[in-house]
Parts: sequence; C-alpha cells; structure tokens
Amino acid sequence: MRYEVPETKGEAVSLLAMAEGGGRVLAGGTDLLVQLRSGMVKPDVVVDIKKIVETREITAENGGFRVGAAVTGAELDEHKALKKLWPGVVEAVELIGSTQIQGRASMGGNLCNASPAADTVPALIAAGAQCHIAGPDGERTLPVEEFCTGPGVTNLQTGEFLVSFTLPSRPPHSGDAYLRFIPRTEMDIAVVGVGVSLSLDSNGICVAARVGLGAVAATALLVAEAADALIGTSVDEGAIENMISAIRSACRPIDDKRGTIVYRTQVSGVLAGRACRIALQRAEQS
Amino acid sequence: MAAVEKIFNDTITDRETQDKTLKWVGTRAPRPDGVDKVTGRAKFGADTYLPNMLYGKVLRSPHAHARIRSIDMSRALALPGVKAGVTRDDFPDYPAGAVQPAGEMVINYRDMTRNIMAREKALYEGHAVAAVAAVNERVARQALSLIEVDYEVLPHVIDVEEAMKPGAPLVREDLITEGVEPAPEEPSNIAKRVEFGHGDLDLGFSKADVIIERSFKTQPVHQGYIEPHACLASFSEDGQAELWCSTQGHYVARGHCAKLLQMDVSKLRVTCSEIGGGFGGKTVVYLEPLALALSRKACQPVKMVMTRDEVFRASGPTSGASMDVRIGATKDGRITAGEAVLKFQAGAFGGSPVPAAAQCAFAPYDLDNVKTIGFDVLCNRPKVAAYRAPGAPLGEYAVESVVDELAKTLEIDPLEFRLKNAAKEGSDSSYGPKFGPIGCVETLETAQNHDHYLSTLKPGQGRGVASGYWFNIGGQTSATLNLCEDGSVALVVGTPDIGGSRASLTMMAAESLGVELDKVRPLIGDTSALGYNMLTGGSRVTFAGGIAVHGAAEDMIKQLRERAAATWDVPIDDVEWHGGQAVAVNGYKDQEDPMGLLDIAKDMAKSGGPIVGRCSTNAQGAGPSFGCHIVDVDVDKETGKVSVARYTVIQDAGKAVHPSYVEGQYQGGAVQGIGWALNEEYIYDENGKVENAGFLDYRVPVCSDVPMIDTVIVEVPNPTHPYGVRGVGETPLVPPLAAISNAVENALDIRFTELPMSPPRVLAAIESVG
Repeated sequence: MRYEVPETKGEAVSLLAMAEGGGRVLAGGTDLLVQLRSGMVKPDVVVDIKKIVETREITAENGGFRVGAAVTGAELDEHKALKKLWPGVVEAVELIGSTQIQGRASMGGNLCNASPAADTVPALIAAGAQCHIAGPDGERTLPVEEFCTGPGVTNLQTGEFLVSFTLPSRPPHSGDAYLRFIPRTEMDIAVVGVGVSLSLDSNGICVAARVGLGAVAATALLVAEAADALIGTSVDEGAIENMISAIRSACRPIDDKRGTIVYRTQVSGVLAGRACRIALQRAEQS
Repeated sequence: MAAVEKIFNDTITDRETQDKTLKWVGTRAPRPDGVDKVTGRAKFGADTYLPNMLYGKVLRSPHAHARIRSIDMSRALALPGVKAGVTRDDFPDYPAGAVQPAGEMVINYRDMTRNIMAREKALYEGHAVAAVAAVNERVARQALSLIEVDYEVLPHVIDVEEAMKPGAPLVREDLITEGVEPAPEEPSNIAKRVEFGHGDLDLGFSKADVIIERSFKTQPVHQGYIEPHACLASFSEDGQAELWCSTQGHYVARGHCAKLLQMDVSKLRVTCSEIGGGFGGKTVVYLEPLALALSRKACQPVKMVMTRDEVFRASGPTSGASMDVRIGATKDGRITAGEAVLKFQAGAFGGSPVPAAAQCAFAPYDLDNVKTIGFDVLCNRPKVAAYRAPGAPLGEYAVESVVDELAKTLEIDPLEFRLKNAAKEGSDSSYGPKFGPIGCVETLETAQNHDHYLSTLKPGQGRGVASGYWFNIGGQTSATLNLCEDGSVALVVGTPDIGGSRASLTMMAAESLGVELDKVRPLIGDTSALGYNMLTGGSRVTFAGGIAVHGAAEDMIKQLRERAAATWDVPIDDVEWHGGQAVAVNGYKDQEDPMGLLDIAKDMAKSGGPIVGRCSTNAQGAGPSFGCHIVDVDVDKETGKVSVARYTVIQDAGKAVHPSYVEGQYQGGAVQGIGWALNEEYIYDENGKVENAGFLDYRVPVCSDVPMIDTVIVEVPNPTHPYGVRGVGETPLVPPLAAISNAVENALDIRFTELPMSPPRVLAAIESVG
C-alpha cells in the first residue's frame, strides 16, 4: 500500500485515476483507518487530500460559504459566521464521535463514507448543500441528496474526489436544525436522524422548507412531501403533524441491531417534529 | 516533583475520620499508583516486551456449534516467519470431576482445557481452535488464514428456556444433571440444580393476604473492562517459564497454567501487570496457556493481546436469565413466604453463578418460609466468568421488583416495607447461616432520611429503591513487611490492585506499625515473592489483605521489641510499641530513650540481622455488605429513552479505610448497573453469532449518560477484622437493576419484567397500554 500526499487537485485525480479503483481518499481518516485496520478495505494507494488548500478552507461566497471537504468538525464549530448561518449543519457535524474525533473527522469524509446513518447528511440535504467534485473530466457539481447511491456506495467515478461543499445564502427569518436519536447521549450512531431547514416571510408564513431524513433507508432522503406540508403554513401544530405523517410514510428502514422498522418509523416522526420546532424558533429569531 | 509532594501534603491533612485513635485509616491519602497512572508510566498487560519476542494470534470458530473433524496447520506453519502453532493436540485432557474452587467460581479442568482450546467441538462463536506465533502480528494473521479446519456445523442454542427444552441441541452429549434425585437417565443441557431455603412455603403463602407472582427475563451482558486480555510468556529450554499478564490473581493463573502445561507450579513465575478493569472477568485464563505453549514450542517469548472483538466473543460474559418469583405478604406488610426459580445461561460449560444468585435473592429479608431453586444451563455462548457479585444482581432484580410491587399494592412506602421485613443480627439467612452484625436496617434507615428520598420529584419523573446483598469472602493471603536500613518499610502483597488495595493495605500497615504513611512503599510481588495468595475477587482484598498486613505488622513489632529489649538489656515484657517506637515500660520506664524504626534499622546487623514481618493466613469471617440504592429517572415517552436524573448509593462498608476508593466502588457499581438495566445486551443473529462485539453497539454508559452518583458510607464494623472492614466492591452492582426498573414503573405505571429497558422496548410498552 502506497501513501501519497498530493498538493493539487490534478495530482490527486491522476493518482486516483491511475489506481483504477484501488485508491482511497484520506481526509480525517476516522472511518478509513478503522476500515484498514479491520481488513474491510485493502487499497493499493491512499491519497491524503489535506495538503490541497481548497479541501481545508472555509470561505465566504455569495452570502453563503464554501467549505472544504477535509475541514474538521472542530474547525466548523469554531467558525462563528458559519455556525450563525447554518446552526443545524454545524450541530450535526458536532455529533460525530468524541472531542478527539472532532479534531480529525470532516464533513466530506462523513458524506463519502456513504453510511445511511451519517449525521451530517440529512442536515446538508435540508440545507440544500452542493458537492463540488474534481475528476479526470474536470469539475462537476451535485446536490448532496444525489451523492450517495446506496450503503457505502457513492456517485463518484474512478479518479474523482469530493473537494468542497457550498452552503447557500439564506433570506431573513430562516432557521435549520438537526436531531438524531441514539440510546446513549454521545459516541453512538444514529438510529434515526432528521434535518429541517425553513424560511418564513414577514408574516410568519413558511415560504421555503427542506427536510432530510437519515438512517431509515439505503441513503439519506430528501423528503419533498414533508417540506410541502410546511410550505404555505404558519408551521402550526397541524402542519407539523402533517409533516410528521409525510416523514413516516417516507421511511423505508430495516430491522437491525440498532433499531426495528416500527421503532425507527415512529421515532423519525417524533424527531422531525422536534427538529421542526427548533428550526421554526431559530427562523423567528433570525 | 515538588508539585507531587504538595498534593501529598495537602491531601494528608484532609482527615475525615472522627476516630482520634486512627491516624491513617479513614483518610483520603494519595494513591501509591496515582502518579504512574496519570503520567502513562504504569505498565498494563500489553506493555511488557522482551528481545526476540513473537506475536501470537488465535484462530476462532466462526460457528456457534460445530464438530471439528480435522485441523490442518501445515500451510500455516510453512509460512515464512511462523515459529510455532498449537491446537487441541498440544493440551492434556482431564476427566470430568477434576474440579478446584477458585475465588467465587469453581474450576473444572476438564472444561478449562476445552475452553482455552476447542477439542471435540467448537462450542461458541469465537471459541479458540488453533493459535500461531510469528515474527510479527501481520504474519501471524496471515498464518491464521492458512489454517484449514473441517467443521461439521451443528444446530445451536442460545436462550436458556430453549436450551432446557427436551430435544434442544445438546452442548455436551453426555451431560446428566447434578443435584436431582434420582439422577435423570437422559442427558440434557441442565448441568445442575440447586436449592436453598427453610420453612414451609405452603403454610407461608396460606397466611398471605396478597401474593404476587412475576416472570423476568434478562439478556446476557459482559463485564466491559477497558483493557483487553494480554500477556507475554517466555519458556526456556530447561522447562522453566515466566509469564506477565493482566489478571486478578497471578497465583491462581499460575496454578491453572501449570496444570494445562503439565509442569511443576514452582517452575512458572507469574507477574501481574497493572489491570485496566476485571470485575471478575480476569479470574480465569484464556491467552496465557496458549502463549506459554507457543513459547515452549518456539523457545522464544510470545506476546498475545486480544482485540475488543475477541474480548466480546470469547471472554467471560455473565448469564442471561429467566426467573420466576412469587412472594406473599400480609396486609400490614409482613412477608409470609418467598419463592424463586432461577434459570441461568452457563455458556458452553457448567458453572453459572446461579447458586450465588439463589442464595442472595432473599438475603435482605428475615423470612420464615423461603425457597430458591436454581438451574445451571449450558448454551452455545462463551463460558461465563465471575462478574461483580456473580449472579446476585439478577436474582435481586427479580425479587426486588416483586417486593416493590407488593409495597405498592399494600400502599406501604417501599423503604418502610423493606424495614418491616429486614434481615438483622441473628436472622436466619435465606440460604442457611445466621447473620452476625450486619447493616441492612442501617442502610434502609439512612435511605429514609436522605435528602434524595425526601426530595420532590419533577413532573414525569419516577423514583425507585432496591436493596442488595453480597457475602464477601476471605481466603488465603500472604503479606511481608521488610524493614529497610534507613527505617523505611517495603510492603509486599500478592493480590493485584484493582480497587485501591495498595492504598488501603499501606494505610493499614502504617496504622498498625504506627509509622508515617510515606515511609511504607507497597509492591505487588510476583508468585515467587510470597506464599500463596488467592485472587483479587469476592471483595476480599481489603478485608483479608488487611488481616495479613496487620498480622505482618504485629510480627514485625514483636521483633522490633526484641531488638530494643536486647539493646537495652531489659526483659521483652518491659518493652512496648507505641506510636512507632519501642518504649521501655514498667520498672524501666523513662530509663531508656525510645527507639524508632530508624534507630533499630541502622543497627539491625548487630542486633540479629534483617527484620521481616510476615503473615500468611486463611482469613475467615468476611462481613457481608448490604446496600440500598435510590434512583430518579426521566422517561421520554415519545422515544422510550430512560435517563437517570439522580442516583444515591447507600452501603455498609464496616469501616471505610480509604473513603474515596469506597465511594468509587459505590459509583462504579451503580454505573455498571445503569448500563445493564438500560442498554447492555448481547445481540445474536439466527446463526448464533454476536452482532454487536464492540463498544459501539454494546452500549456501556458513557460519562454523559450518568449523573454524579451520590454516596453514603454506612459503617457497621465487622468484628472479625482489626479495623472493622467489610468488602465493598461487589454489593454496589446488586441493587441497580431493580432500583431503576422500580423507578421506571413509578414514572410510567408500567412494570417491566425484561432487561435491558432499551428505548424500543420501553416505547413498545408505552404504546401497548395506549
């Protein structure tokens, strides 16, 4: 196994393309190192992307932010402006692992690991985040909800890697929130995760909403029906109940050691309601 | 260094004891192992290295139950870098009945030789089938992949009720149940039936106004020690061997290994490392005999370290259980009869802690009519090892749940109900002996008057209480005090320090000798340093070790008086030992300057040679310890998640030698109980394979899951110990399961009879009652 540390996107793309699928990208390594150690993956080359400047920067862009794929959870937490604009996204990142893990783990790695239960993904979907991907044929952009295609599988083609995210600007009276359910208080993997983002007009009517749902299907879902239940309402309890019904209808979970179908479906609605109320409160205060 | 000394001095002045006759016992002195542990200097099981050391790895069965037709090691042994391999052929067989008591469990060498290395069959997923030693871990792993094992996969059984059914897959084809007259003709998975009690149940139940009968079920759990099993073995060509390992008892490990390696016990020297938790799970051997056998073949040292996955699949869990309890009481709250039938998973070999569970279940009560029956049942899981008051948490969970329900039905305060029936000095225990001085009533009364119990619950919260009991043990113990030429003292003990025994034993040694605490340095000797020492278990070390250390101090004092008497040329009876000095008394009072340790030590050579205080004893009279726990919970009724809001442990310590350590034991037991009650469980797939062999999905509590656990140390002295000590380490895990279940019942008005009360179970129960 070779370890390479390219300093440009082009070099990284070449290394990954030459490996013909035998390459793995290393950002924080909090998933990859565990997989290497347990023998789950045996790559020919590990490409560390952290020396590529764009993967490590947070820059203001068009009223929103461009966030490098390898920016760590701890760095996101310390970025006040980003946290103010997208509190739900940052709180989702902060839920990953422990304080020590936060010093390494990145949002990009969390997405590329393609776990259906990844905490940041429903929050990024709710936020309408876009992925910027570099590859042999140049760069392309993809909405987060289209990035993962199944458990452990992504839309990335041979030679491609995730460089950064765009978190868009947002109008006044907007708020987002992410909640997950775990049996413990931390250091665990989501049984259900829900991200909600919404914007209100000056009369308190919801004019835009997005709802991301994790751990209840093969990939995290954008649930348009849940958002539709909120848009045009004052996000009253009746609207929230309709949103909860839409969430539960969208669930396609499995029975496994972390939760049953019945339990996941039930709790996804509960969390969606709670996340929505937090997002609403944030929107009203912003 | 100055900073360390400052901590030392500051802490020494923190005297809690009101007993002016004691200088050290009862204080919160600094721990002798503290600096090494916070600086990373302390050496744990995996921290010993030798030149030319090999790395050993174990091939484990992927099947829950399979006959082993053949094992072909040839390709593995041919791999460059592989130096040795062992299988069942490298260990002796022992007949059934080759048993030996060890700690709180009984060791059966027929079973042990099969547990460390599968013989006829692999009996659980993770069962060791072969092991190799190679120049590095990578080669060793590669070698494992080259071992060819021909398995005939057999039907398996995990659940205890399933395993007891006629026609269940037999873990051992020739097992006839012990303890049943006449002996059954057909083999079964039931290894043993035990029964305890006294009185007449029918008569007792006929006097009852209320009878409550419930069935309970719990899932198997693991001790969850943080440090995986690890050892380093070095066999020399002349048949002598050294072993370094993380163990609760290096003398006991020595005996097991010598038996399994067929060597003289004296030829094996075992040194224990610092231990990263054991809780009973490190009272047996897994890797040690394999490493020794590999080292003997390779003539090189062999190191072996388990992964966390191996710890979960192959090392000492405790039982899951099915339990039926029936208790009757009169309207005024007097229990008239109690009956329990306990069925415990033993794992692949007999020896579950069901006898202890049956003995402890009703121990907090003074009953006229009581009977407990236990069944020890084989199943395709790792053989259970001791776990902190082995069995008692389960039996007490069932009994204390029914006691709570009785109190509620009779509209009597649950503590008042327990006090009306509490065991006290002179009570016939439910399992036989009459109790001596015990603190059951004192813990209940302390609970009644505690601020926690008197406080008002927040809306939606529930409160539960439960009592718990553990026997505690004494046993064979040796200690030596060596007087150094500068008057300082080296204390050598032979029990691994798991819960602060170096601190407590040093404090008792300094107290008995009357010297400054920092003049006594404790060391845990290897197996060649002292006479036999039973393992650290059964909450025995501060009790039995205290007796040994006190005895060694008395032996040393006798010699010190003799030296002073010889120096002064006065009769020995005219020399007494006071405040760390030999003092002339009677007719010689004030005629000689007192001689301290330094005065005597510097002239040891002239007065008769080295001074060594020794004591070897089989300590008897361990005082049992009762506890009572109070817990408040919040239940999220929409997700079923139970959170512990407040928790108080009240327990009798006899005498707390080092209160901080005693409190730590109370808190640690409560936290393990919280995990057991709420989330911990082995999850098996349909093939009997463990699905959650790691701390991610086997959920022990993390710090943020538990509140600060409040503690109250009750002290009802144990008259058989020089300082009144009772064991305290195990009782703290006995009450939590029931206390938490009772609190959840109080919050939801739903009685849970199954553990863990994990969110899906709790939510399903809430929804089923609407």
